[in-house]
Amino acid sequence: MDNLEQLVEDILKGIAGAADMAALEEIRVAALGKKGSLTGLMKTLGGMDGEARKVAGQALNVAKDRVSEALDMRTDDLRQAAMAARLAGEKMDISLPVRPETAGRIHPLTQATEEVMAIFAEMGFSVAEGPDIEDDFHNFEALNIPADHPARQMQATFFMPPGADGKPKVLRTHTSPVQVRTMEQSQPPLRVICPGRTYRYDSDATHAPMFSQCEALWIDESVTMAQLKGCIMDFLRAFFGISDLPVRFRPSFFPFTEPSAEVDIGCSRKNGELKLGAGGDWLEVMGCGMVNAKVLQYGGIDPNRYQGFALGMGLERLAMLKYGIPDLRTFFECDLRWLKHYGFVPLDIPNVALGISG
Amino acid sequence: MKFTLSWLKDHIETDAALEDIAHTLTMAGLEVEDIEDKSKALAPFVIAEVLECGRHPNADKLSLCKVSTGVGVFQVVCGAPNVRAGIRVVFAHIGTVIPDSGQPLKTCEIRGVESQGMMCSERELQLSDSHEGIIELPADAPVGVSFAEYAGLSDPVLHVNLTPNRGDCAGVRGIARDLVASGKGHLKPLKDDPVPGTFSSPVSISIAPEAMEGCPCFMGRTIRGVKNGPSPRWLQDRLHAIGLRPISALVDITNYLCFDLARPMHVFDIGKLSGHLEVRLSREGESLLALDEKTYELGAGAVVIADDAGVQSLGGIMGGVPTGCSEATTDVFLECAMFDPIAIAAAGRRLGIESDARYRFERVVDMAFMGRAMEIATRMVLEMCGGAPSDVVMAGEMPDLFRSVSYRPSRVETLGGLAVPLAEQKRILEGLGFGPAENPDGSLQIAVPAWRPDIAGEADIVEEVLRIHGYDKIPSVSLLREESVTRPAASQAQKVVMAAKRLLAARGMMESVTWSFQPHKVAGLFGHTDAGLEILNPISSDLTTMRPSGIGNLLMAAGRNADRGWPDVALFEVGPIFHSAEPEGQETVAAGVRAGLAVSRSWDSRARPVDVFDAKADALAVLEAAGMSEQSVQVTTDAPAWFHPGRSGCLRQGAKVVGWFGELHPGVLETLGIKGRIVAFEVVLSRLPQPRRKGTARPMLHLSSFQPVRRDFAFVMDAGMEAGKLIRAIRGVDKTLVSDVSVFDIYVGPGVGEGRKSLAVSVVLQPLDHTLSDAEIEGFSVKVVAAAQAAGATLRG
Repeated sequence: MDNLEQLVEDILKGIAGAADMAALEEIRVAALGKKGSLTGLMKTLGGMDGEARKVAGQALNVAKDRVSEALDMRTDDLRQAAMAARLAGEKMDISLPVRPETAGRIHPLTQATEEVMAIFAEMGFSVAEGPDIEDDFHNFEALNIPADHPARQMQATFFMPPGADGKPKVLRTHTSPVQVRTMEQSQPPLRVICPGRTYRYDSDATHAPMFSQCEALWIDESVTMAQLKGCIMDFLRAFFGISDLPVRFRPSFFPFTEPSAEVDIGCSRKNGELKLGAGGDWLEVMGCGMVNAKVLQYGGIDPNRYQGFALGMGLERLAMLKYGIPDLRTFFECDLRWLKHYGFVPLDIPNVALGISG
Repeated sequence: MKFTLSWLKDHIETDAALEDIAHTLTMAGLEVEDIEDKSKALAPFVIAEVLECGRHPNADKLSLCKVSTGVGVFQVVCGAPNVRAGIRVVFAHIGTVIPDSGQPLKTCEIRGVESQGMMCSERELQLSDSHEGIIELPADAPVGVSFAEYAGLSDPVLHVNLTPNRGDCAGVRGIARDLVASGKGHLKPLKDDPVPGTFSSPVSISIAPEAMEGCPCFMGRTIRGVKNGPSPRWLQDRLHAIGLRPISALVDITNYLCFDLARPMHVFDIGKLSGHLEVRLSREGESLLALDEKTYELGAGAVVIADDAGVQSLGGIMGGVPTGCSEATTDVFLECAMFDPIAIAAAGRRLGIESDARYRFERVVDMAFMGRAMEIATRMVLEMCGGAPSDVVMAGEMPDLFRSVSYRPSRVETLGGLAVPLAEQKRILEGLGFGPAENPDGSLQIAVPAWRPDIAGEADIVEEVLRIHGYDKIPSVSLLREESVTRPAASQAQKVVMAAKRLLAARGMMESVTWSFQPHKVAGLFGHTDAGLEILNPISSDLTTMRPSGIGNLLMAAGRNADRGWPDVALFEVGPIFHSAEPEGQETVAAGVRAGLAVSRSWDSRARPVDVFDAKADALAVLEAAGMSEQSVQVTTDAPAWFHPGRSGCLRQGAKVVGWFGELHPGVLETLGIKGRIVAFEVVLSRLPQPRRKGTARPMLHLSSFQPVRRDFAFVMDAGMEAGKLIRAIRGVDKTLVSDVSVFDIYVGPGVGEGRKSLAVSVVLQPLDHTLSDAEIEGFSVKVVAAAQAAGATLRG
């Protein structure tokens, strides 16, 4: 017992010098194991008497506590060192590029179409569709464009072989035949938009033989041009996200509407750069008017009771203006670089509540 | 329609500025597209005289001239064949911007001789395409004066984009009338009082009965003893300004009136006519050398004017060369006739002749004006060419042209959305030449002028009133709707289209839009057979046939991207395909192609080229997005012929084919000149069933609280046996207990035998009501082995 102090010092020195967990365990066993040095001294307590045992016991307990504590601390130290060594060995070069992923895009034409749908949905319109290969009746006749009318020359037409009934077929030159089909299928009130592919025999820098239009039709008992103006004004300002966008209605002519108008929006062309908004210049964006009574009749609707408006616009043109796409022909070229640049991420779904003018 | 400002002011007394006039016209529906003012670009060009003209010392074809502008004398090298001493020319100093090139003229040495300016051709000044020589001005052209001013080019030219209903505004007079109605001045009277005839016309006219419909009325008169030379300067300037070439006074007069009054007329040289003039229909085999110097085979049925020698004019479209006027003409017959718009349009289109006369007759020419036009034209001929007029002869008859429409003045508000006072409505209508008369019930009975055949009903009158009163005054009223919460606008089918697009883009594919038509050859590769889908007038030989599949165009697009250096392609399109020209022959498909690498090479992985399973995954994902469960889709191996027969599949719902996928047939790629392997899929969205779910609630979810158990098996079977068959067999052992079967290895080679393969599958068992005991699992395994055995697969020992 006289050497207790020395013994503890030796053990503590051993602990401090233990290089790893195994060496430390050895020291623990040598001190506190069944045959350990301190355990051995504990066993001698039984042969002591009263006061001496008390004194020696206390000293031994203190010694044991000191050793245990030193063991715990050294264990922690060694664990931390081991962890640090492991982490150092696991270092990676995080400047490496990530694994290749492919990101798809939505075509700007789809985006524009869905934006148009979202806005017109807010105004109570639903979507109607019709075939791309039309008969002469729906594409021309029922829209008050008789054969030999100069208005037919406004729309250079692709012709298809006549069907079994011998009547000529055409690739629809506009989405207006969907109006007629809608009228044939249902009675007013009608509030539909008709987006779709249209075709004209026309191909140059600003025309493509195929393009997309969207038509809107509202037939009810007392629809007037004032509502036509309101509808178009509200639509254009929402679509372009310009709340004070100047909108101008110019008298024009379409066989299927009377009165008819062309719609211009304000812009500026300073330094050759087109900017939408008030700027002293105008840009034509759509045609519209009050549905011609003859068209209502062809569609099976009583023109003495009902009247309404129709409007039609080119969707590529709207997309070009809104997204700043300079060339119509590029819409159809499927150039990956173009699609990536002008395309939209798939989760960017047009939604009026979230704002569609991003 | 083009005209100059001074021309317009011949018809209207106005002090409105050019910009005001242009804006007023545009807002009345006569859209001024452009105002061309040549005076600015031509300001630096001056009239000069060629003092000397000799040969260039170093070049045979060039001349060396001394040119005087009155202020200075310049040495000019000129290559024009018509340059010579004494002529007056248009001169450009060094530094002047030449309109044709847009570049400033530089000092230069031409073959060693300095040239200090340029004498200009019409093309260089953008006056015409003529570049055969330099402009030669009359000998009295004042040297030193601005050419633009001298040539009357300082008169601004307005271009109006006419709508097809406004034939009346194909004449300056009609445009002036709209301006007057808009309050921009007063209409000047026309000098149209009759010129009395001094003899009876030696040329008689008649209309054959069969041509009465095409030409109901024909007037004419002889003018004897005319002298046909160049027309006066003012007339030539106006024709030049609108892009017409002055020819001779007689021809220029008719061309002028065509644009001035929208009244096409024709002048025959009586000396070249043989006998009587008859309006009749052309007969098979007849032809005409027309004034555009082309010979037209007329075929039967065109309205023509013929003499004893044959057809001399294509009525209302174009006259003929043989009886046209020349410098030598002395006696003429002036024709002013009425032609039916539909007959004119049909003949013009059939023969492919565009002319200013056709343009106007197609849009209806004011018939009531025939007589007055005849007098105006006569007066112009007499003034410019002299001569004596005969009486006017007429064939056919002037129909009753009076038309009226009844109109409720309230319609301008109930249809047009704007109340306009009655007095203002009447003022507008009267200004436009209408005759509104009030009925006792307050409605108007409105006489329609003969030059407005487009006016047929109340809505037309509303438009007339509003377009002059101002569309900008109509209020803008937002649409009200019955409910405040937005209702869905898209149908279920439209939603599927939108979902398919977003899904495929989310799978890394680029959405494309391609033509609905394609080359016949491509369509043929994808099952096109219906001749009804061939476009009769394709715009190019590449766009001839309505596509039978969405894959062809995408394939070609993939090829184009590869050619540009981007071979890893994933493109899709959702759009129409066509099986017949009937509405039900059109279907909507989602189609996609993948080419090149599906996974590109990286530090972590090796490159993986696309394969059939990429296309299969795309197709199944589309079906799932469309609301079809995987279990309801069957895959069969009978894909269409454009796929690789051993690497493709058909997707079916029951017996119905709803799509296909696979590697494209190498033969198809070879035909299209596309290299490499391409996989594709197509899902026919319009064939998919509409989801039949009732309500919005999902089925109840039952989550098992017991541990799932996984067991792996390896089976050996014929190499040709489908994995799907084994999977179905294992699933069939216990459909409630087996929640998943996956294939985690395929092995072919030593140990499994020739022509055999080994498939390793992992089966997941999900007990619902108790933990599986070892005995139960063992029992299940035995059943799996037995089921596999029955299907043709043996447990690998």
